[in-house]
Amino acid sequence: MPEILLLFLLLAGMFVILSGGAACLLVRTPGAARRLGAASVVAGSLLGILPAIAILLGGGPISAETDWAMPFGRLSIGLDALSAWFLLGILGLSAVSALYSLDYSRREHTHGRTGAREFLFSALVLSMALVVVAQNALLFLLAWEVMALTSFFLVTSESEKESVRRAGWIYLVASQAGAAFVLVLFLLMGRESGSTDFDAWIGLAGRWAHPSALFVLALVGFGAKAGFMPLHVWLPEAHPAAPSHVSALMSGVMIKTGLYGLLRVMLFLGPPDPSWAWALLALGATSGVLGVLFALAQHDLKRLLAYHSIENIGIIALGLGLGLMGIATERPLLAAAGFAGGLLHILNHAIFKGLLFLAAGAAVQSTATRDIDRLGGLLKPMPRTGFSFLVGSIAICGLPPLNGFVSEALIYYGALRGMVDGLPWPVASAVVLASLGIIGGLACACFAKAFGVVFLGSPRSAAAEPPKEAGTWMQAPMFILSGACLAIGLAAPVAVGLVAPVVEQITSTFAQPSSAVSGLEGIARSISVASFILLGLLLLLAGVRFLVLRGRPVRGAVTWDCGYAKPTPRMQYTASSFAQPLTHFFGGFLRTRAHGGRPEGLFPRPTAAFSSHTPDVCTEEAYAPLFQGALALFSRLKGFQHGRLQLYVLYVSVTLLGLLILKLR
Amino acid sequence: MVVFHAVLPFVLAPLLAGLINKTKAVFAGRRGAPLLQPYYDLGKLLGKGAVYSATTTWIFRAGPLIGLAATVAACLVAPLGGRPGPLSFEGDVILFAYVLGLSRFFTVIAALDTGSSFEGMGASREVHFSTLVEPALWLGLAALVRITGQFSLHGVFSTLSPDVWTAHAPALALVATAFGIVFLAENARIPVDDPNTHLELTMIHEVMVLDHGGPDLALIEYASALRLWILGSLVVGPLLPQSGEGWEAVSFVAALAALAVATGVVESTLPRLRLLGVPKLLVGAGVMSSLALVLALV
Amino acid sequence: MPVLVNGILIALILVGLLILGASRMIRLVALQGALLSLMPLLITPHGLTWRVAALSLGSMILKGIVFPRLLFRAVKHAQVRRELQPYVGYSSSMVIGMATLAASFWLGGQLPLPGEAVSDLVLPAALFTILSGLFLVVARRKALTQVLGFLVLENGIFTFGVAVVGGIPFLIELGVLMDVFVAVFVMGIALQQINQAFEHIDADQMNSLKG
Repeated sequence: MPEILLLFLLLAGMFVILSGGAACLLVRTPGAARRLGAASVVAGSLLGILPAIAILLGGGPISAETDWAMPFGRLSIGLDALSAWFLLGILGLSAVSALYSLDYSRREHTHGRTGAREFLFSALVLSMALVVVAQNALLFLLAWEVMALTSFFLVTSESEKESVRRAGWIYLVASQAGAAFVLVLFLLMGRESGSTDFDAWIGLAGRWAHPSALFVLALVGFGAKAGFMPLHVWLPEAHPAAPSHVSALMSGVMIKTGLYGLLRVMLFLGPPDPSWAWALLALGATSGVLGVLFALAQHDLKRLLAYHSIENIGIIALGLGLGLMGIATERPLLAAAGFAGGLLHILNHAIFKGLLFLAAGAAVQSTATRDIDRLGGLLKPMPRTGFSFLVGSIAICGLPPLNGFVSEALIYYGALRGMVDGLPWPVASAVVLASLGIIGGLACACFAKAFGVVFLGSPRSAAAEPPKEAGTWMQAPMFILSGACLAIGLAAPVAVGLVAPVVEQITSTFAQPSSAVSGLEGIARSISVASFILLGLLLLLAGVRFLVLRGRPVRGAVTWDCGYAKPTPRMQYTASSFAQPLTHFFGGFLRTRAHGGRPEGLFPRPTAAFSSHTPDVCTEEAYAPLFQGALALFSRLKGFQHGRLQLYVLYVSVTLLGLLILKLR
Repeated sequence: MVVFHAVLPFVLAPLLAGLINKTKAVFAGRRGAPLLQPYYDLGKLLGKGAVYSATTTWIFRAGPLIGLAATVAACLVAPLGGRPGPLSFEGDVILFAYVLGLSRFFTVIAALDTGSSFEGMGASREVHFSTLVEPALWLGLAALVRITGQFSLHGVFSTLSPDVWTAHAPALALVATAFGIVFLAENARIPVDDPNTHLELTMIHEVMVLDHGGPDLALIEYASALRLWILGSLVVGPLLPQSGEGWEAVSFVAALAALAVATGVVESTLPRLRLLGVPKLLVGAGVMSSLALVLALV
Repeated sequence: MPVLVNGILIALILVGLLILGASRMIRLVALQGALLSLMPLLITPHGLTWRVAALSLGSMILKGIVFPRLLFRAVKHAQVRRELQPYVGYSSSMVIGMATLAASFWLGGQLPLPGEAVSDLVLPAALFTILSGLFLVVARRKALTQVLGFLVLENGIFTFGVAVVGGIPFLIELGVLMDVFVAVFVMGIALQQINQAFEHIDADQMNSLKG
């Protein structure tokens, strides 16, 4: 397709989202506002996704620029393979989340104006899209801030709750602190290059005065958005507080904009230092293992999913770290495997984490609790939601034949390949292999717990009203995403083909041979063959069992409970007890706290109860003391605050005078 | 010949379980069940009807199917006597480990589907121990890949000639030992789990399948027989030089049989570990694998 | 010979890792010492002499028989039960031990040796044993386990002495051995005394003595 058409589609899509969102502000009836908002996001996303796909299928990059009132550069947007890859995830997930919100928001009993919320949602989608297409630092920062603020307001939709307000504050502070690092990074880069245009920056690649310092700034600033441990503290607070379709969007794609920023800046910086790769690998291993460990210890379904986002960001960082190491040591195939795995996992995680949040949202809405230990047996009243959650669980555990396996297998493959290379490769590879292995095992444990306890067995507490299956508009997005999980798993070569231009863009920027991605085709093909064989075997066995059982008695009975005559649902294993051996084993990291006493004596008093909770170690041990210290420090300055205008004017004049003297000295 | 190699595991796998039981019987001074007893059991179970608990859903019925399908897929990857598995490819170790994970995942959620606290207990222990097995498995595989420079199971095992062995004997012995522990743990054998225990509180693997019966139980039993075979081939692989000659299938099967007998001996002579002691054993396996890796790197 | 030496060194490392993960360690430490005392026999530069054989036998008797006997007696007298609540758990200790081992291999590659080492593994194995001994002293609670930590440390120094090939360092080594021997005695007596005074040998409770 001609470039101008693609550009038109992109701009038209953004315009549709913006205007639809703005129009929602004017609509009075909530129902109409919901429909208008959802329709405009879906339509705009579908328009905007076309150019992204066209570019990933082999079209050249597109760009447009014009003058604007801001200094040092021009208003320019562009869509290259890297941007297109992220745009694909952002717009795709936004469209299905918007569909989901049609039924979901109708059932939520929220205060405030529906129109305003729809506008904020549209603005969030638009700002995320703008972040990845911006080709100018000022525009990028603007979109970045709009993204942070709109998501902040969406997180605090239910601001009448104390916990939501607290989550909102933590989120706001964390995102602004991160943005401060990004701002400093861009200021430094802008000062050195004399421009805020990304084009000018890429021209300086390899000639920056202090590239490592810039990398660290990018790692902290963008890492705070992405949720690397220990910069993750806002994530488990903010994601559960938001409405579920917003959680899906934030967890699925918004945190990925942090990775986008990091990748983009790495392209500007030029040839990487091996230490950068080590930093990414270390962050990846820490975030991955600790993320899934903390997830395992959670009782709150959405909080559990939020910690899993940290884990998956860790897996992605392991992939990108391998890729970066491949570039630093000039190993094209290893670089291709690492980047392809990491980038594909970015899209895959958007799909299955979106799916999981949507399904969890449906379950939470119909039972009115997020506490896993109070749920159970939901698969019977909500078979389709349960099925979707199961698909998401298998995918996120990286099990074949779904999409999570494809991207993890690519990272594994890169690490195995690195095993036979010279130092430092075997060490890096061993780190990746061991962490991925542990993460995989723990993730399976965690989702066996989440799915098993929420959807299987019998209900653990009597609900006020029996749970109902989610509405049609909520089911459709879940099925679309489930289908995408299976499609990528079965068509692994296609997925690798789609991500290939992105990998090539990255490797060619670092002057590496770009054909290395084709070395991954073999394993991708084998994976998809294996996936088909697996499904075929399953069908075959199902057929065999059907034939065997035909004409034989198939009876129902009660669960064998070892001779105990009166089992009750409360005697089932709970999520906490299921996870206990693992949380106990890793107790040194988790610091799980137990409350309540053991039952004592032959006739224990009914007050004996046991519960445990696992607060975030980073929040408790690092940030809380830090902010308390800051508070104590700043409260000393209170002496200067009298509320008298005259004194303030005096302060200002003294400061000005002082500066003048300093300058003229 | 290719077909013969591909079919062999599916025919002979239950025999390994029979061998283990026979060995244990001999140690206990009994005559024991005939070697072919596992086949009879499978046949009997396949001839029965089914009983499903009212608490369960389709997950409970899908569990055995997916469990066996995934194990068969792993079997297609595993090499036999210097011959590649039918599905062998570069990087197939990843598939191997993950289809076994899929099988385990469905066994676990099928157990949780019954709502029984005992099965929940077994499921909880299963995921705990299998998580600790992962580092041992992956670091051991990493060491093998490092030593042989190959990326498929078949490539790794067929490269381990006697020359390679003399150069890397300690590392390979360590990997084989670590894989031996993995083999015992994943197959629910003493000292990790006792396949013959009859007290629900102490079981791990067996308690998860308490509620399955009839053809479903046959599928499960057959899947565990296959798992015994393929994880056994992981232990035998590093120890037995294989270059792809036809007769090596025989020596390979003989080695597997010897492994089964050794397992029987271990089961008859060792006590089962306390549940709290199992993690230490598994971490020990991981430590051995990583020591092997360090030695392979030097 | 190098195959045997390597075998012993790997066994040494394995036993060291086992010691980190064990709650009953006296026999393991004795085994480590006994393994080590075989080393001089295998790597003498001038062939097997009476002197080497005597040294080897001596250290075998001392480390493999005398020390464990003494310690078992101390255990019996003080009625120490095994280490139940170490500061660092057993599994974590093994993982830390693994990290230490990796670090020792890296360090071993960096350190220059005067002359040629018998095997690439000598230096890493020695460093690992020394570090794991120190770790035991730090991470365990009971005075008895700390004594064992010192013994492991001494084993490491012995390996280090072997690494620098030849008979002369044996003089130094013997000196160290004497020190540890005395230390074991002193600690044995101290154990008795602590036990009599406090009726337990938790070393961490000695800090209640400070003014």
